[in-house]
Amino acid sequence: MVAALLITAAFAACLGLVLLWLPATQRREDILAERINELLPQTQCRRCTFDGCLPYATAIARGEAGIDQCPPGGDTTAAALATLLRRERRAVDPQYGVMPVYPAVAVIDETTCIGCTKCIQACPVDAIVGGSKFMHTVIAADCTGCELCIPPCPVDCIDMRPAPAGMQQFPPLMAAR
Amino acid sequence: MGARIRGGLTLDANKTRSTRLALRAATVPERLILPLDQHAGAPSRPIVQPGDAVLLGQPIAEPQGDISAWLHSPVSGTILSSPPPPAGEGQGGGDGGTAAPHPNLPPQAGEGARSIVIANDGRDARYAQSPVDYPSLSAADLRAHIARGGIVGLGGATFPTAAKLARSADVDGIHLLLNGAECEPWISCDDMLMRERAADVVFGARILKHATGATQCTIAIEDDVPQAEAALRSALRETNDIAISIQRDIYPAGGERQLILAITGREVPSDGLPADIGIVVQNVGTAAAAARWIRDGEPLISRIVTVTGAGVSEPANLEVRLGTPVASLIADCGGYVADVQQLIMGGSMMGQALTSDQLPVVKAMNCIIAATAADLQPRGAEMPCIRCGDCAQVCPATLLPQQLHWHAQAGDLANLERYGLMDCIECGCCDYVCPSQIPLTQRFREAKPALLATLRARRDATTARAHYEARGDRLQRIEQEQRTRLEEKRRHLAGRKS
Amino acid sequence: MKFPTASAPHTVAPHVAPKGVARVMRLVIYALLPATALHVVVFGPGILVQMTLGIATALATEAVALRLRRQPLRPFLTDGSAIITAMLIALCLPPLAPWWLIASGTAFAIVIAKHLYGGLGSNPFNPAMVGYAVLLVSFPTHLSRWLAPDVAGLQTIDIPFMDTLHAILMGHLPDALRWDAITSPTPLGAIKLASGRTLEEAVASPIFGPFGGRGWDWINFGIAAGGVWLLALRIIRWHTPVAMLTGLMLPAAFMYAIDPGTYPGPLFHLTAGATLLGAFFIATDPTSSATSDQGKLVYGAGIGLVTYVIRTWGSHADGVAFAVLLMNLAVPLIDRYTIPRIYGHER
Repeated sequence: MVAALLITAAFAACLGLVLLWLPATQRREDILAERINELLPQTQCRRCTFDGCLPYATAIARGEAGIDQCPPGGDTTAAALATLLRRERRAVDPQYGVMPVYPAVAVIDETTCIGCTKCIQACPVDAIVGGSKFMHTVIAADCTGCELCIPPCPVDCIDMRPAPAGMQQFPPLMAAR
Repeated sequence: MGARIRGGLTLDANKTRSTRLALRAATVPERLILPLDQHAGAPSRPIVQPGDAVLLGQPIAEPQGDISAWLHSPVSGTILSSPPPPAGEGQGGGDGGTAAPHPNLPPQAGEGARSIVIANDGRDARYAQSPVDYPSLSAADLRAHIARGGIVGLGGATFPTAAKLARSADVDGIHLLLNGAECEPWISCDDMLMRERAADVVFGARILKHATGATQCTIAIEDDVPQAEAALRSALRETNDIAISIQRDIYPAGGERQLILAITGREVPSDGLPADIGIVVQNVGTAAAAARWIRDGEPLISRIVTVTGAGVSEPANLEVRLGTPVASLIADCGGYVADVQQLIMGGSMMGQALTSDQLPVVKAMNCIIAATAADLQPRGAEMPCIRCGDCAQVCPATLLPQQLHWHAQAGDLANLERYGLMDCIECGCCDYVCPSQIPLTQRFREAKPALLATLRARRDATTARAHYEARGDRLQRIEQEQRTRLEEKRRHLAGRKS
Repeated sequence: MKFPTASAPHTVAPHVAPKGVARVMRLVIYALLPATALHVVVFGPGILVQMTLGIATALATEAVALRLRRQPLRPFLTDGSAIITAMLIALCLPPLAPWWLIASGTAFAIVIAKHLYGGLGSNPFNPAMVGYAVLLVSFPTHLSRWLAPDVAGLQTIDIPFMDTLHAILMGHLPDALRWDAITSPTPLGAIKLASGRTLEEAVASPIFGPFGGRGWDWINFGIAAGGVWLLALRIIRWHTPVAMLTGLMLPAAFMYAIDPGTYPGPLFHLTAGATLLGAFFIATDPTSSATSDQGKLVYGAGIGLVTYVIRTWGSHADGVAFAVLLMNLAVPLIDRYTIPRIYGHER
């Protein structure tokens, strides 16, 4: 009887030591934020009202944001987040914006562009190249279609166009595994 | 040095039927139909108007973008119709703005809106194009000249040759493989080409060698084409710049990745190209086409087509002008003699079923099988998979088709990726041996687009995230530097005051 | 002219069309025939009655299950898989076992182990072994009544066919016969029950010949012949049988080397009980076994090892059935870790 208790206690102690030894480098919240971020489309469009996908993920992990604020991810991302966080599924709230039905990229009308670099500063993924007073252009392959470059342009020379074939931007991501 | 390819099948080749008669020219029809999308990549753009007179070998459509090809008139005559350039800029072509799923297939509509139709005047008056002394050109110039000949891969993939050669431009010590391993049943056009025009193949091999800067060149053939081997050896006499490698007759030994493994013992990385490991593979037919373009100034306006099957009385290999209706080839080979169940473009394993014999011959068309019931073993009723694993035994990519099938049925993209769906080369070996008669290849083909979209989305998201994070780091660094500079300035000012 | 469209490949191997599954099953049935014939020679015609009863039950329950699942009857009733299940169970039962034993075992195998999991191709457990295991734990006495083999004068009583029929259909022996008089322990049973005697004394019993149990050696020869034939036809592949026999005989050889007085040698295990039947006909059931070649090696070795452990230290005489079922459980795990390296991938 006593021996059995001792053996069980010793076994439990060993397991406890193993747990202690396992590195606890990251806080739970950070790990969760990272897993949420992996489900987000990385459009970096700020429609969710945060400064990018990672800040939004961090806010969700802290419970400061809902899972229905990502229009580019759409209902697929919302569903994946619901699965990961074991929350009720819900559609994306239209107050955060509506995406075009086709994947789109920004295109600069190079005859109108005055080379002010404002769009370059606005682009969250460095997809616009060009120097001051020189014409700018969008690297279509790198453009996420976030539309953040459109408001700063003083001459309104940026348009959203359907992405070139073979470069479909961000169809719904894989559901959470 | 080479390694044994895994899996594969020993098939009844059915090739001798079409090699009994010598290679001959097919009847040139009065009207030729030339689809603009008979190569991989973007469709060509017409540069002729209806009513224009054209000469044999005259360019009639130009490439659009990096991966596209020139198209030339196979006869002299008059343009009957030519599609107007697409309305919107940028989108390339096709209906609805998306690329057709099978770019090499003639449009099923026959002379649809996307083809140039030419009336043949029967004179075969040639467009002036002088031969080129290729050794005097740089590799890049030679590649550009090859592009102007409309040369595309004639093994079936029809990838523009110049674009493929360009991928190896920065790689040193290229090994050029000329693929004459015609592993698929029924097809004998490469065998016939090597028998009758070995000199063209060898000349073309030297051109391609120059265009890639290759240091080594091997022509690969299978062990069931002794006459082709003899012809090549006699054409190569007294030279040792090109080697001949004899491969076992196993399907799909002629698959690009399988051939590379068999000859060099190396594998092409799953997400890479042969050029990544210093190898370029070209079909022997492509080499011969390049030879005719460089030496004779004749662009790619014809190709050798095997016409076979019990449905025609005299199976043979014909030299056919592009744009000739399939029905004309059938007539050249004695016409239909039996109840033809299927008309197949290509071989019985990977070929495409044609819905009409009015479709024109295109650059991709290596073989026409007029198949009767006796030629093909039809599939029985599908049964559930019993997991016998015969499919895994024959898979040349060492996949587990039975597991892929299971996950494809469930739409489980994560597992389809784990089990390597995108590494499937659609050779059809698993289908061929499946006792449950499951159309595995078709299921895999159908499952690929969804997985590809997911993989692309993930790749794009990873890139976007990396850019976003790099930008954040950079902005932070700049801010830090500015603050440091400001502080230094203040300290400097303070020091001056005191 | 217009032609139908179709998806490549446009042809399939002659040997798999139009009914490849039925062909596989038919060849397995043929491969079981030599062992069945030798069974008749050694133990009398009881096996034929058992197989008839088993096959009838299997087809009837299969038909009912298919009807309930709204599946077409014809392709699945004619595929032969139910017949194999019945034959395998019959080969595991004593020849004079009462009719309701084979009937209930087969019905359980078909309805519970096969159709409740989705029918042909979807059963995670080998149906025959599920049926047999249920009988083994439910009616152990009935399953221990093996006749003495009719070889080398071991069977002293002549059992006419009508008596065989009587024993099976009525569920008890005719008045003229006694169980004690006509039964004899199986080789594995004899070793298990050899309490108070050394292995040497147990093996000295006349039921043992140079190749394990007399009479059993013949049947095993028939099974091995059928198995080798299936290997030659490539219906089964070598990985599972070789791995299972190795997994069984290696520990047997090891223990035998340590203490030959207590532990029988590897050759004994090779010919004892259901070793060969398991290696060639049960572990090789494709549906319930591991997928890849490497997986089959792990799966087979596991069956051999568990069989040895049960035989040597467990309370059952033979352990093949339980070993197969336990390794069936492990198949998803084995499959997960034995995906072959794909062309062009590092690992």
